[in-house]
Amino acid sequence: MEKEAVITVEHLYKSFGSNHVLKDFSMKVNRGDNIAVLGKSGSGKSVLIKCIIRLNEPEEGRIELLGEDVLALNHDGLDELRSKVGFLFQSNALYDSMTVRENLEFPLRRHRVKQELTDKFVEEMVIEALQNVGLEHTIDMMPAELSGGMRKRIALARTLILKPEIILYDEPTTGLDPITSREISDLINAIQLKYQTTSIIISHDMSCIRATADKVIMLIDGRCYALDTFEALQASEDSKIKSFFS
Amino acid sequence: MNKLSQYFFEETGQLTRFAMRFFSQGLRPRYEWREFLRQCYWIGYKSLTLVAITAFIMGLVMTIQSRPTLVEFGAESMLPAMVSVSLIREISPVITALICAGKIGSGMGAELGSMRVTEQIDAMEVSGTNPFKYLVVTRIAAATLMLPILSSLSNAISLYGSFLGVNIRGNVSWSLYWIQVYDVLSFGDLVPSLVKTFFFGFAIGLVGCYKGYYSKKGTEGVGRSANEAVVVASLLVFIIDLIAVQITDLLGLT
Repeated sequence: MEKEAVITVEHLYKSFGSNHVLKDFSMKVNRGDNIAVLGKSGSGKSVLIKCIIRLNEPEEGRIELLGEDVLALNHDGLDELRSKVGFLFQSNALYDSMTVRENLEFPLRRHRVKQELTDKFVEEMVIEALQNVGLEHTIDMMPAELSGGMRKRIALARTLILKPEIILYDEPTTGLDPITSREISDLINAIQLKYQTTSIIISHDMSCIRATADKVIMLIDGRCYALDTFEALQASEDSKIKSFFS
Repeated sequence: MNKLSQYFFEETGQLTRFAMRFFSQGLRPRYEWREFLRQCYWIGYKSLTLVAITAFIMGLVMTIQSRPTLVEFGAESMLPAMVSVSLIREISPVITALICAGKIGSGMGAELGSMRVTEQIDAMEVSGTNPFKYLVVTRIAAATLMLPILSSLSNAISLYGSFLGVNIRGNVSWSLYWIQVYDVLSFGDLVPSLVKTFFFGFAIGLVGCYKGYYSKKGTEGVGRSANEAVVVASLLVFIIDLIAVQITDLLGLT
């Protein structure tokens, strides 16, 4: 039986001034799939996932997320949809002025503003999210007191707190040492297994891509140049693809 | 049109649009009361010590500096009246606004700028929060409300400083000093001075938030945002003051 497509991107165009980043980009991600997007710096990988969640507005194209036409949604509809999608930012984007607890509570309380959340429920959710990343002891610490790897884990815990169906990872291992990178890759796999999430992983880190992705999209010249498994792409004779693996 | 004038008109246009967005989004629910109160605390309470010390010194120095001229004309007894009018009408509100432009304006520029470059504003947006309302509307509203309060306190404290200044080389009793001050001051002095501080607060909040919210070019851009916020906000304080004085004059309140 064919799996349901939860992310569909069709003929997407996005440019910044005269720099045309995405040109007729199309892709489809089925439920439970983990797709990595590989491309050169500035090729539009981060722009792509920001367009998917409408942090960037594309000029043309169609984006369907969990059956909703993203570009046609109003503000409330977009908020509702975003509560089902987690986004791990490249820079972690932890709120400097808030403790780890407040960072994790923020999306929970804001997305579920109409629900009467008890403090006990919120506390349980925060602790569960922190247990998932093995950092319960940091609950009352400030982001500035954490190491780079810990900040990445806390950012991941914040992404998980709403139990999203889809997670978009923007360079999850950038700036981390190889051991911490491997730990983050293992954590991504553990999360995918536990919550059965669908993921798009933007990365330059070949070991992270190999460890976490079922398939890899090669984003070259603003288009989906190739889509295949890591091993198949690695064995490709195409010069453009080969340059990434050499 | 040269580059400088083009930049000036572009910035003025963008700032005006930003102000319109503040009104259109600020008037619509949902209201971020908690964040607004937190900002009031940071802007008001945390600036109080600096404003109070400056106000006291300002009153004292102004009195000491004015004495020789009045002595020359044999009008030393006019010292409390003259200094109090200068302080209440002009010096105290403007100096308070300039201190706030430095402290609050640069703080807002740097804080929002760093939130922009570290993607915290984007993270807020995907967390079901309108970052403009949560970060910008609350800060501008808090600055608009807090500056008149700080300025009123500054008025009062500067008069105490002036009392000390009068008594360094003279001997004016506590009650006589206040009788002389209240005799010359009227609502025509106080009300326009208070009204213009709302505009000072609004301008400082608006510029600080605008520069920070649209910060670019990484950490270098954050520093530039903070710097530009202070420069532009200080300039706007003087422009607003000039307009306020003209309006007060036209209404015959001087």
